[in-house]
Amino acid sequence: MTINTRLYPLLATIAIFVIAYALSYTQFPAMLSTRVVGNLLTDNAYLGIVAVGMTIVILSGGIDLSVGSVIAFSGVFIAVVLRETSLHPLMVFALLLVLSTAFGAAMGGIIHWLAMPSFIVTLAGMFLARGAAYMLTIDSVPIAHPFYDLLQGAYWLMPGKGRLTLIGVAMLLTVAVGALIAHRTRFGASVFALGGGEQAARLMGAKVGRTTVMIYAFSGFMAGLSGIVFSIYTGSGYPLATVGTELTAIAAVVIGGTILTGGAGYVVGTLFGVLTMGLIQTYIVFDGSLSSWWTKIVIGLLLLLFILLQKGLLRLSQSRISAGHA
Amino acid sequence: MIGRSLLRLLPQIVSLLALIGLVSVFFPTFLQIDFSDGRLVGPMIDIVKRGAPVALLAVGMTLVIATRGIDLSVGTVMAICGAAAAWAVSSGYGTVPSLILALLVGLAAGLWNGILVSVIGIQPIVATLILMTAGRGIAQLITEGRILTFSDPDFATIGSGTLFGVPFPVVLWLLTGIGFALMMRWTALGLLIESVGINRRASALIGINARVLLIAVYMASGLCAAIAGLVVTADIRGADANNAGLWLELDAILAVVIGGNSLLGGRFSITASILGAMIIQTIDTGILLAGFPSEYNLVIKAVLVLTILVVQSPNLSAQWLWARQALARRRALRDEAAPQSGPRMTERPVPESEVSR
Repeated sequence: MTINTRLYPLLATIAIFVIAYALSYTQFPAMLSTRVVGNLLTDNAYLGIVAVGMTIVILSGGIDLSVGSVIAFSGVFIAVVLRETSLHPLMVFALLLVLSTAFGAAMGGIIHWLAMPSFIVTLAGMFLARGAAYMLTIDSVPIAHPFYDLLQGAYWLMPGKGRLTLIGVAMLLTVAVGALIAHRTRFGASVFALGGGEQAARLMGAKVGRTTVMIYAFSGFMAGLSGIVFSIYTGSGYPLATVGTELTAIAAVVIGGTILTGGAGYVVGTLFGVLTMGLIQTYIVFDGSLSSWWTKIVIGLLLLLFILLQKGLLRLSQSRISAGHA
Repeated sequence: MIGRSLLRLLPQIVSLLALIGLVSVFFPTFLQIDFSDGRLVGPMIDIVKRGAPVALLAVGMTLVIATRGIDLSVGTVMAICGAAAAWAVSSGYGTVPSLILALLVGLAAGLWNGILVSVIGIQPIVATLILMTAGRGIAQLITEGRILTFSDPDFATIGSGTLFGVPFPVVLWLLTGIGFALMMRWTALGLLIESVGINRRASALIGINARVLLIAVYMASGLCAAIAGLVVTADIRGADANNAGLWLELDAILAVVIGGNSLLGGRFSITASILGAMIIQTIDTGILLAGFPSEYNLVIKAVLVLTILVVQSPNLSAQWLWARQALARRRALRDEAAPQSGPRMTERPVPESEVSR
């Protein structure tokens, strides 16, 4: 058996998801129906997309607290622009993505050139984006556009009457693209290098400044995309929406096996992190007698479990390395 | 000694005075303080009272951040402690036992965080994220998802009572702040905490019990969060598991950073953090008093906070230092060109690495 020890957290994540699903299935056989699977993808589409951006940021050793606010801003921006102008939604999407990417890039620039911690810069970004959403409107604005009806109605009816919706597919595609970028491109290599240590990354030849800006721009882009998906999902824009999503996304990334100090992890793991959290919610809905606060407690315990698992694995691989040197 | 610590607090004091000046322009009676019904009233009093939870949290957060840690769970711990106290009071356990229970719960929460960080060695931001996520669930478990109200006048005093005309929450944060500051500076505790924050391994090698110190620091943060939770709960005479202390951890961290404390640990000042908390509250209250529509609050707050942070940014000050040193070097060169009388080796050559950091 020569499985890379780095793969262990990912394998553990997938194993726990499969086991949890199997346990739920034995209790509620309907859990395996394509309807549940389809809903699992649809309900968590926006979270999955934003978590991909968060994975890249965390792989680089940073953190992005602004994404929840950016999603809310995106929804409000789309809704208000569609209400006030006659622009086509696709045009609005493009505008929004440019905006959110530029916003992320600006944060990355401040983080790098002013040498400020990402935690604080993105915290200010979180206030700024939420505030910008409030400035556009303080009400929930419905989106009524034929193109939106088209997007919301677009699904593939799986056998068993489950709906594989457009936004569910969008999430899966995003994860695939994110995985390609993280593991197969020069930018991805720089991200991992940065997570290993800025000094080392510089010595390795990575352009630290440019990479930092690109990382946060990528996260901003993903937050914008997630905002679009969320607006399709809810059919409205509301400035108070998705409060705290950044922390849910971070939790999903950690459950997905990415190490928060950066430098090690897999984008695919994040998908399973998101799905595991979605599964807990689905189980609670199926059970009916459990209160919703159990979701939070179970997610907290899962977080703890995964972190302990990672700690153990890290110690194991380190002792193996030192044994190899001896 | 006093002059030096004043110099350390100068950026915060100047920021606060500038903000007060700015708000006074829009709202002339900002500084007016009256005495009526046996209590002080006025916008400034309102600020120091409303700033109490963040100021309390900032005290504990300063210590945690000084050890190079962070405590994301404080807002949630506030909710848990508030819920515990409200549950105990409404179940008829009496005021004092209920308060003690809440403080114990806060200490226990801190113990949990501390063990995760120092014994198991989990990164502080993740370790405290666990309690932050699970804690709201625990608080809801205690209140059973409702807002748990109570009608105990003694308990309510903590939130809305006064002592010699000063609102009680203000007395609480003053006492907590002074207590912790004295404990840090009259004993070696503060020095030890700074040492652990700068280099935990080196501190352990010179014989500091970093493990116990870290646990103690997180317990102090839990205790501060418990007091803050009591203030919030007593103020509305009810425990709201969903909203008590929501996102206050971020304000508390912001207060510490505005107070000029580095997130990378090391030197800290509790007074500066409390000033940071007051700056945040002045911004919050000031925006409302100045008559801006409340939709603009967050944007103005973000811009002001960013401005304060950018001005305090390590890189800007490094560049300022670099410019000054470059000037000094040029002057030294000019002196050298002139008769060789001046001391030659006074100007230390600045290594490039020091400047570019």
